Amino acid sequence: MREVPLRRVAAGACLALALTLPTHTAAMGVALAPRASLPTIERQVMCVTCKIPLNVAESDQASRERVLIRRLIAEGHSEAQIKSTLVDEYGPAVLALPSAKGFDLAAYLVPAAVVLALIALLAVLLPGWRRRARAQRVPESEVHRLRASDAARLQADLERFE
Amino acid sequence: MTRKRNPVVPLAVGLAGAALIGLLVYGIATRSPIRTLDDAIAVGLHPLAPAATQTLPVLGGAGKRSLSSYAGHVVVLNFWASWCEPCREEAPRLERLQRQLAHHGATVLGVTYKDTAADSEGFVRQYHLTYLSLRDTTGEFAHGFGTDALPESFVIDRSGRVVAISRGEAEEAFLQRGLSLAESS
Repeated sequence: MREVPLRRVAAGACLALALTLPTHTAAMGVALAPRASLPTIERQVMCVTCKIPLNVAESDQASRERVLIRRLIAEGHSEAQIKSTLVDEYGPAVLALPSAKGFDLAAYLVPAAVVLALIALLAVLLPGWRRRARAQRVPESEVHRLRASDAARLQADLERFE
Repeated sequence: MTRKRNPVVPLAVGLAGAALIGLLVYGIATRSPIRTLDDAIAVGLHPLAPAATQTLPVLGGAGKRSLSSYAGHVVVLNFWASWCEPCREEAPRLERLQRQLAHHGATVLGVTYKDTAADSEGFVRQYHLTYLSLRDTTGEFAHGFGTDALPESFVIDRSGRVVAISRGEAEEAFLQRGLSLAESS
């Protein structure tokens, strides 16, 4: 029997691995991708007729939307794909989160601006508050020091109660 | 001794508050249904139909159509959805109107709103609707007509002007208006 050189065996193994690797990684990718779930998607979309989040909607339309989402989940669609399909079917109003353009952008910018404004306000006001607090603070030595006459009266009272 | 207060802080807070209120008012104003068409019709004007050149996908078919492709024809534009209860009442009346309008080169044109294609197609089959419907997938076309609730209908004359509006289920008198316009012009 002819001996197969070790280098050829190694090259063959590498080729086989290279050919099967994409299939394996794809399979792993599918397995690793988080499976879409109805409660997760329900929280992120609206009932388009009742204009409330789907997870709290009870109408017939809400039930129809759930049926569609369940079907898409059963077909193996990802969360992003399902939301994209919902937008295709019902329009962008189906998404609970405002879009990041036009007036809807205010939903993201205003809270950030409010936080920044509060930080700026504190930066302006805090030094003044601290200065005033320091100025109003009574020295400890003054609080505890008794005048000689008061000390004598206190001593006399204590002796009378003994 | 009275302490002198820094006027910058109350001024900045006041301005920020005013800006927030302004933003809120702007948001409400832009999100509210447009009533320009209703106002114009109320004073006897016939405004041009909005978004007439916007193309929309044909329900249950291929390609896209726009309102402007019906130029020269009277159109009874009807916004509907399969989930809309009054639309169920209205559909047979619109289908009867369609059969009458067809004799005069006019048509009912449906536009579905916030509805899945499958549900809309089921509705078309259930009520044996023969007139064409388009799908407003973004809601922008409906917004142009101030449509925020269903059903709503608009009679559009041959020159593409809105001559009558029905917000809610279209009554017989409204539908007759469309028919008489088609017959007279």
